[in-house]
Amino acid sequence: MAAAARFFIRGANSKLSITGIGNGSQSSFGGTLVKLSPSSNSRIKAQRRHAHFTFQPDPERTQYGPTQKMNLFQSVTSALDNTLASDPTAVIFGEDVAFGGVFRCTVGLRDKYGKDRVFNTPLCEQGIVGFGIGAAVAGATAIAEIQFADYIYPAFDQIVNEAAKYRYRSGNLFDCGSLTIRAPWGCVGHGSLYHSQSPEAFFAHCPGIKVVIPRSPVQAKGLLLSCIADPNPCIFFEPKILYRAAVEQVPVEPYTIPLSQADIVQEGSDVTLVAWGTQIHVMREVANMAQEKLGVSCEVIDLQTILPWDVETVCKSVVKTGRLLISHEAPITGGFAAEISSSVQEECFLNLEAPISRVCGYDTPFPHIFEPFYIPDKWKCFDAIKKMINY
Amino acid sequence: MAAVKSMNKLYGVCVHAARRTAGLKASRLLQHRAFRVGAVQRQQPFDSSLEKPQFPGASAEFVDHLEFIQPNVISGIPVYRVMDRQGNIIDPSQDPQLSKEQVLNFYQKMTLLNTMDRILYESQRQGRISFYMTNYGEEGTHIGSAAALDPEDIVFGQYREAGVLMYRGFPLDMFMAQCYANADDLGKGRQMPVHYGSKDLNFVTISSPLATQIPQAAGAAYALKRENMNRAVICYFGEGAASEGDAHAGFNFSATLECPIIFFCRNNGYAISTPTNEQYRGDGIAARGPGYGMLSIRVDGNDVFAVYNATKEARRRAVAENQPFLIEAMTYRIGHHSTSDDSSAYRSVDEVNYWDKQDHPISRLRHYMTARNWWSEDDEKSWRKQSRKTVMVAFEKAEKRLKPNIELMFTDVYQEMTPNLNKQRDAMWRHMKQYKEHYPFELFDKEPISQ
Repeated sequence: MAAAARFFIRGANSKLSITGIGNGSQSSFGGTLVKLSPSSNSRIKAQRRHAHFTFQPDPERTQYGPTQKMNLFQSVTSALDNTLASDPTAVIFGEDVAFGGVFRCTVGLRDKYGKDRVFNTPLCEQGIVGFGIGAAVAGATAIAEIQFADYIYPAFDQIVNEAAKYRYRSGNLFDCGSLTIRAPWGCVGHGSLYHSQSPEAFFAHCPGIKVVIPRSPVQAKGLLLSCIADPNPCIFFEPKILYRAAVEQVPVEPYTIPLSQADIVQEGSDVTLVAWGTQIHVMREVANMAQEKLGVSCEVIDLQTILPWDVETVCKSVVKTGRLLISHEAPITGGFAAEISSSVQEECFLNLEAPISRVCGYDTPFPHIFEPFYIPDKWKCFDAIKKMINY
Repeated sequence: MAAVKSMNKLYGVCVHAARRTAGLKASRLLQHRAFRVGAVQRQQPFDSSLEKPQFPGASAEFVDHLEFIQPNVISGIPVYRVMDRQGNIIDPSQDPQLSKEQVLNFYQKMTLLNTMDRILYESQRQGRISFYMTNYGEEGTHIGSAAALDPEDIVFGQYREAGVLMYRGFPLDMFMAQCYANADDLGKGRQMPVHYGSKDLNFVTISSPLATQIPQAAGAAYALKRENMNRAVICYFGEGAASEGDAHAGFNFSATLECPIIFFCRNNGYAISTPTNEQYRGDGIAARGPGYGMLSIRVDGNDVFAVYNATKEARRRAVAENQPFLIEAMTYRIGHHSTSDDSSAYRSVDEVNYWDKQDHPISRLRHYMTARNWWSEDDEKSWRKQSRKTVMVAFEKAEKRLKPNIELMFTDVYQEMTPNLNKQRDAMWRHMKQYKEHYPFELFDKEPISQ
């Protein structure tokens, strides 16, 4: 039941038919598409909204060798495949990873590398992370999957009190640097309270770990490989709404994208826009809208690494533009935008032309039916830019 | 079979969905591999013509009368022992027949630990160190189990296992350095006293949160299993820590993932002030093992040979068969929980005296030794004097030593220094330059650190 509740089978624009799982003569579980009358059809059509963003692929990178068209979950699989191939100590574990994972990130890996390297664990996040820490301490490259970032909290003690502090408290005698935790993250259109969360702010407050969020398949593979190689425990949040929606030409061979280096996705001169993950694609659209409707040139920065974050790149940009807008889905109070805002005003106070703007989720749990109103969409961001320009 | 079929159907649905969305043509990567869920095959083929239950979740017979299983707490799992309370061997076949040298070593390690405990407890009372936890009454659990392991086996402890470290050869200087948090501390002065660790001796540094080491130990054991170098993991914890969720997680993971690990529970009767009847209602910790599919035993923790025998056999089988073992060592915490505790607030002096005088691991072993003429009153006198002297020498040395370089406050957060931390460190030094008279600089080492 829990597995069914957690299992997502949908793409951005798919018409889905779920032929009855366990459809027997006695079973009423599992539906088939029902033919509807025309009037109700149009209301239902109106209810299915388009995503709040359009994925924008980056220009293809040629410096990492031959590429292949991959979506985000396939780019994750590719990174994991590369890792298992080159590092004999690497193991991947978590709930349901053996058959391929609820988001298909580990498809085929168990067959290819063996059941001692890609295996299911019991349903217990504190166990998954604790086990991963121990494996890393004993010298293995441990890649733990938490099924949804919303379920990472039972592991909070192990992450914050143990993983993050292992090296410091032991005087560098022991560490769990070869631990990487992966979790699907962010809104997905219908995820509601427990399949939509972006918990990066909780972990940003924890010295000793790294927190990384990619915006695309190419970024995902490179950043994930960097996390795996990084000698510190890392949490890698994967925007689940991009698993299928984001498709790019991704290098087949391994490559890394550096951590703690923000990426200037497009340059501009009037406003700095900072975001990460899915929200980057919203911001790119906002930048276009600002240019067309307001004649405002926006610099879009993908923070990529939330902790430790690249203060220098953001401040350098704000010194240039004088205006900063930070946007994330997570609730605004105590969200990571607050940290960025606070640091930037300390460093760049006299350069600011307007108060730093944060466009974030409201301080409510992530709602189901109200998602279109909740998320920091392009119109809210656009309006914030307008206010900043006219300050 | 049906489970497998529905899994495949689920998978098939994914593939269909994937094909319809996003129009992926080129990347067939790993999607279409015929994917067999191998491990699931272990369940028997379902056959409704049999009257036996066919559920995948449990293998059992049907029963047609309603009866609840009675937990057995009046007469629970028996306590394995080799010696009686007077140190006499009960069944000679159980005597591990260790050499005089080995037994003397056991005795000397237990008593040295006891001596060190007395001196360091006192030093806290005098304000010389900030905190301390003694091991009174539990020395047998440490030495008996440590002796049964290989030096390469990894130890995950809780906080009351100093004897394991001592048995392995951790020098008195290093115990003291950690308690004094001086510049010789391997932990670089970052943790409270008794949070020992040693990479060379395969003793993972202790942390304060309870039971967090339990799932970690399972993970380490799994990694060692893959390494295939005949190494095991032992994980110590108290009966109180066994109530934590992490304990449940660690037990379950070690069993399902077939890890070569010994879980060693020191059931000493109290978790600070909480007695066992407020900690659990079942038959202690050993009774939980079978619930996880784990081989389990309860031993007399004050009988160093019983502890030794059980640990030795558990270790042998854990590595040979890749499965976890649970040893519940019954003992008694003679001392207070720590220097922050006064246990007379919740238990009687008579109760404590009983264990101190009538059932103590050190005196029981001593009786065994004196019965064989391996240890005399003179040996005892001179050993007491000698061990006290060596402890005092280490103690005085540790007390004189400077504290670690203040730079070490900022290192090892990550493997590398970060720009952010560099900035904060520089800000700290600037502040100190201006306000130095308010800070205890004279206590701290100024030698440049090798980093």
